[in-house]
Amino acid sequence: MTFTLNEEQRLLKDAARDFCREQAPVTRFRKMRDEKKNGRDPELWREMAQMGWAGIVVPEEHGGAGLGYVGLGLVLEETGRTLAASPLLSTAMIGASALVLGGSDKQKTEWLPKIAAGEVVTALAVDEGAHHSPEKSKLKAGGAKLSGQKTYVADGHIADLLIVSGADGVYLVKADATGVTHAELVTVDSRGAADIAFENAEAEPLNGGTKLIEAILDRARIGLAAEMLGQAQEAFEITGEYLKTRKQFGQVIGGFQALQHRAAKMFTDLELTRSCVYAALDALDRGAEDIATWASLAKARASDTLHLVSNEFVQMHGGIGMTDAHDAGFYLKRARVAEGLYGGAGYHRDRFARLHDY
Amino acid sequence: MADLEAFRAETRAWLEANCPPSMRTPMASEEDWVWGGRTFKFANADSKLWLERMGAKGWTAPTWPKDYGGGGLSKAEEAVLQSELKRIQARQALFSFGLWMLGPVLLEYANEEQKKEHLPKIVRGEIRWCQGYSEPGAGSDLAGLQTKCEDKGDHWLINGQKVWTSYADQADWCFCLVRTDTSVKHEGISFVLIDMTSKGVETRPIKLISGSSPFCETFFTDVKVPKENMVGRLNGGWEIAKRLLQYERTNISGFGSGARLDVVDIAKNNVGLEDGVLADRDLRARIAAHKMTERAYALTTQRAQEEAKAGGNVSHMASMFKVAGATLNQERCELMVEAAGNRAFGWAGKNYTPEELGVTRGWLRSKGNSIEGGTTEVNLNVVAKRVLGLRDTQ
Repeated sequence: MTFTLNEEQRLLKDAARDFCREQAPVTRFRKMRDEKKNGRDPELWREMAQMGWAGIVVPEEHGGAGLGYVGLGLVLEETGRTLAASPLLSTAMIGASALVLGGSDKQKTEWLPKIAAGEVVTALAVDEGAHHSPEKSKLKAGGAKLSGQKTYVADGHIADLLIVSGADGVYLVKADATGVTHAELVTVDSRGAADIAFENAEAEPLNGGTKLIEAILDRARIGLAAEMLGQAQEAFEITGEYLKTRKQFGQVIGGFQALQHRAAKMFTDLELTRSCVYAALDALDRGAEDIATWASLAKARASDTLHLVSNEFVQMHGGIGMTDAHDAGFYLKRARVAEGLYGGAGYHRDRFARLHDY
Repeated sequence: MADLEAFRAETRAWLEANCPPSMRTPMASEEDWVWGGRTFKFANADSKLWLERMGAKGWTAPTWPKDYGGGGLSKAEEAVLQSELKRIQARQALFSFGLWMLGPVLLEYANEEQKKEHLPKIVRGEIRWCQGYSEPGAGSDLAGLQTKCEDKGDHWLINGQKVWTSYADQADWCFCLVRTDTSVKHEGISFVLIDMTSKGVETRPIKLISGSSPFCETFFTDVKVPKENMVGRLNGGWEIAKRLLQYERTNISGFGSGARLDVVDIAKNNVGLEDGVLADRDLRARIAAHKMTERAYALTTQRAQEEAKAGGNVSHMASMFKVAGATLNQERCELMVEAAGNRAFGWAGKNYTPEELGVTRGWLRSKGNSIEGGTTEVNLNVVAKRVLGLRDTQ
């Protein structure tokens, strides 16, 4: 295992940072929110695809870059920093992984080049209730027809192709297929989602059965943890700058020990979580066998850290942090959604314990 | 790389020939730790032999220069040596404050005579050192220390009291912070080396809540110290003191890694499983969270090492690791006591196993982890100021 980036990965990270700062700053997210686009920014997605990000983990023979998960994770981290609203996680991480892991040659040939080119947006339909419990799916496939309900499908309102988990495996369903009904959700993080119902909808199975569900979910969790790490890091840095400039009682508030110690603890927490996220991405590229452990470690730690840092982002800014004019609220809102998505800290602690036989 | 492989082969052969078989077994307890020094009682002949051989080779201090008794190895060679030692499960030949704390600052700040005099004896484990830092009135505010050091022309005269001097009653020499100027604070401190057999030095052990401890009070009454025993310049001791603390904190932060008893085993034995999971779900969740932090800590240590190798400056991270390591160890000890239930309520006697008594004593001892080597509060100050750049005035 290594934490040391290679040349390609360093270049990718730098390019992602520059792009997000210049093309996708938080002001762009704010504009999207103000215009009530509910997460839609197809122009941004097109630009990201031009950067080659949609195909980072797609093999070269299918039109991708074949650069691996560490590379994609570094990009997701940068998009998390500026809250760039795009289906990068849903498509480049989840959709591409699903097809690479479970697609037949025909399915790969049909979908992967389109994913890599950014021509197709995918979304993972997994939850069926208010909480994440993929192992309890009631979705049934009769022949090639799928019936059941999915809740809170992230990017489900903009997806062309749905990756649907069922009781016995994973299916591909075209979003516009007969029998698929969307209810678009207007969400607190302004990213949007959809409840999706299937009634005898035409579905194609992927290979791998229920094991594939966990394999795809673990990639989703690790990718999301990378995005959350970026969010938490940015929130922490903005807060640090504020502590150095905001004056009360005739001095900068960063001089107060009550705030210094909390800042130092956040820093420590972030450093520990960063190691977990990078190690989990590296585990994917190494093809490690205990991916489930790495995914639960990364997602639980990222959830706890982002929870803490997003709360302190508001609190340490005082009144201004409560205003809509400030960005802190955006990070707080996205934080809670990301924490819960694909299993919160509690879910993953339980899973981690189970994986270690206790 | 070919050179490294040759070095690995040589090292393996040497260890094969020189590491006694009994030194390739895990240590049963702290009784097996070899501290060296003039009065040290070795637990067995093999541990003495192992220290002598490693010391002669300079491999107790693998990267120190050969001129001062060290092994003269490069970082890469040291890594090979460590992996070969690990491969045969060799015991650490020497535990030593001289190796961990004093040596590195002597290499940086001492003059040639001092290095030649003291470093080889540290490497060979001939002289055991203790640390004279804290005083009754100078704990977290270490620079408030008052132990007086007066210039008497041909010698220094030292009067004062130190506290929390680990193993002072067994140490041969003491590296000590003393006050050489009372008109200023940090700029009035010097770093001196004191022979513990000097007239006027007295030590008294301190008993802790855990029942025993390595700590002592150390008294200096009209102690004469030769002029050549000051390291660095007069009133220039604070810089050396801080550098040494970084080494100490890096060392103490090691508490966070090597777990001995496993809390999951204790919980399985004393709480039991229900449907394949620990019956106490609340405890189980907290154990899982702790285990994740433990993993995160170990990964972060590895990441810092890789960054250091790549030329990054990570010395400022010592305080972060100190805080996280202490917190982690205390958390583990609390969880073990909770998981053990009333099996952790024993203090002595045959009704409790040595492991159970160890859990209880270890838990009490762990309370000191966030105090010794700089309190958690002081280290958080260091992280806030030095790493995050938060200051009273900007």
